[in-house]
Amino acid sequence: MQQLLDQLIQEGNFPGVPKEIVYAAAMLLAAFAVLSFFVAPLAGVTSWLERRVWARMQSRVGPNRVGPQGILQWLADGIKNLLKEDIIPAAADKWLFCMAPYVVFVGFLATFVVIPFGSQLIVADLNIGILYLLAVTSLVVVGILMAGWASNNKWSLLGGMRSAAQIVSYEIPAGLAVLTIIFAAGTMSMQGIIKAQGWAPWDWLLFYNPFTFGAFFLYFTAALAEGNRTPFDIPEAESELVAGYVTEYSGMRFLFFFFAEWGNLYVIGAIATTLFLGGWQVPPIPWVTDQPVLLAILQFVVFFVKAYFWVFVAMWVRGTLPRVRVDQLMSLCWKYMVPLSFVCLLGTAGWMVLFPRGNRLASVGMFLVGVAILLQFAKRVRYQIRHARPELYWKPYI
Amino acid sequence: MSEAPHNGGEAFHTEDMTISMGPQHPSTHGVLRFIVKTDGEVMSEAIPDVGYLHRSIEKIGEKVTWHGYVPYTDRADYLAAMFTNQAFCMAAEKLAGIEVTRRGEFCRVIACELNRIASHLISVGTFGQDIGAVTPFLHALRERETINNFMEEICGARLTYNYIRIGGVGYDILPETCARVTEFIDHFEPIVDEYNRLLSYNKIFVERLANVATITREDAFQYNIVGPNLRACGLKWDIRRDIPYSVYPELEFDIPVGTGEKGTLGDCYDRYIVRIREMEESCKILRQCLKMLPKGPAIAKVARKFKPPAGEVYVRVEAPRGDMGFYVVSDGSEYPYRVRIRTGSFTAMSLIDKISRGLMVADLIALIASLDVDAPEIDR
Repeated sequence: MQQLLDQLIQEGNFPGVPKEIVYAAAMLLAAFAVLSFFVAPLAGVTSWLERRVWARMQSRVGPNRVGPQGILQWLADGIKNLLKEDIIPAAADKWLFCMAPYVVFVGFLATFVVIPFGSQLIVADLNIGILYLLAVTSLVVVGILMAGWASNNKWSLLGGMRSAAQIVSYEIPAGLAVLTIIFAAGTMSMQGIIKAQGWAPWDWLLFYNPFTFGAFFLYFTAALAEGNRTPFDIPEAESELVAGYVTEYSGMRFLFFFFAEWGNLYVIGAIATTLFLGGWQVPPIPWVTDQPVLLAILQFVVFFVKAYFWVFVAMWVRGTLPRVRVDQLMSLCWKYMVPLSFVCLLGTAGWMVLFPRGNRLASVGMFLVGVAILLQFAKRVRYQIRHARPELYWKPYI
Repeated sequence: MSEAPHNGGEAFHTEDMTISMGPQHPSTHGVLRFIVKTDGEVMSEAIPDVGYLHRSIEKIGEKVTWHGYVPYTDRADYLAAMFTNQAFCMAAEKLAGIEVTRRGEFCRVIACELNRIASHLISVGTFGQDIGAVTPFLHALRERETINNFMEEICGARLTYNYIRIGGVGYDILPETCARVTEFIDHFEPIVDEYNRLLSYNKIFVERLANVATITREDAFQYNIVGPNLRACGLKWDIRRDIPYSVYPELEFDIPVGTGEKGTLGDCYDRYIVRIREMEESCKILRQCLKMLPKGPAIAKVARKFKPPAGEVYVRVEAPRGDMGFYVVSDGSEYPYRVRIRTGSFTAMSLIDKISRGLMVADLIALIASLDVDAPEIDR
């Protein structure tokens, strides 16, 4: 993008304007475009899809009125929430209360800077990409804590405190799982990590060795906890804390929290895809690789589908599992996940000493193990479906 | 490590936080309030504050005729209105010496057991929701919907039935309805299994409930805990068997008791699983009743305005929330002199203060859900 801008400046399109201002304006424009044409619809459609998937699991219909199959429901909800009164409780700390949703939102939005949608489709391929990601997602906890404190409501405070404890704890296993991948890939750049993998599943870092395989599940679990998703949604546990830290929020500010949550779901999937699942790597199809636009589209689709699969899994988990208690959450993290992620880390380190160039045989073996696990899981699902007494509707639309 | 106080001794001053949980709170099952004192997540005290749903149903009983009071009893426990109907009708019948027709008795049992399944479905469904699993709740409501349809077929109402009348039942159960109920039971029994696979044996669910808020048998006696909550403590006590009424002595059914299968005896999980098992037993009873349903009138001839002789009577039925008692005094007039309703939820509330000490906030939710308290039944 910088090259393009330099070219435009040299052609004299912006006479008399300092170079930096042109850069800044272009960045703002790009951010606005990404926000309104990609992130907002993405989070919105995710919210609609979640409600539909969830509804179908619960033998309901779900929103199907606004637009075809209700796909524009998020727009209607957004407009409704924009028009609602923005209530700021009299006893609230007004400044912090108003700021909190934006802090959460920024923490979520800033992750899109380094998400590689294709070999060319990335805002900035920072050489510390994944570190940057971990850093900005930590901003979310600041926002949640602000919301919990500033609301001056005891439920909000409890929710904020729970959230802070939870996110800070789960960053450790998540970070260690990520570190495992950094070991294996030898780089922190998002593109670099993807380039260290291949298009074939056995070239993915997921199957690099048994330890990265374990690290993936640790990462996904920890990411669900960081994203406040069921079974770790205790900060906003509606049956316990009314609505947790968002209890006092209304209208658009309320929506911002959930906007970030739904968008974050995709970010979780995208990071998992980048780190473990080969990212945008596509098979070398001769007539595609020659055409950069077609290749970019294909890469984007591959990346998007992989990432969205995990969004679906998160929805599935939410439709199935109850919520853990706060002390169980902590003991799960500190007693099981942190030691296990250390094992993964040290195991990968040892593996790299033993097999400096990786071990193809082990990769294929792990791939087969993965397939076996998937088949077993499919068998269980099939059993449940065949033994389901209520009528199942397979049509995706109603 | 040295035994330093966890709050850092005198240097760091902490105090309990008092939270008012309810009357508008998602998991208090109606309007119910708890004054919760917590130190972070751990509660030191949870005092139930009842009375938000008081509608003076007992007092209304003194102003309406014997027949006229039956619809009011519906509202005493709207999740299991059949049982309040039945208890009051039994009291009136006992006072006036009215014999219920045999078909009427069977119709009552069929309606009651259907209602028990519906009530337990709500109970275990909301249990799941309180623990954070929303899907089981909707699956339970889906089945309850079928039962509501039956109720509509039987008596025209879906929630407040006013079906059981003094002397029998308001409307006879049609053979087509019987066939459909049988069909439903065939469909429902495997659903209970499905429910178990989805929720009851879920690892997280078991972890949340096992060993939580254990009620010992002594506590249960002292606080007069009744019904499934008492049976969860391992005691086989069921009014249907021990103080038999209606046609229950002729029917065969088990009384599920808590066994402490996942934790200690009398914990939240026992109270949950007892309800699941009771639904299966209700299915058994329904099957037998539908087979045995005799011919004849569904209601005995009772005068529109009748005056039972002066006296007092206490009857009890086994409602989904336990021993439901009606103490009715007659002074020989058209109106009851005094009606007093004894409900299981009310006594269960008194225990919460004792059991909840030292639990976490999330456990309090599990405790309330496991006791299956129902706000209208507490306050009446």
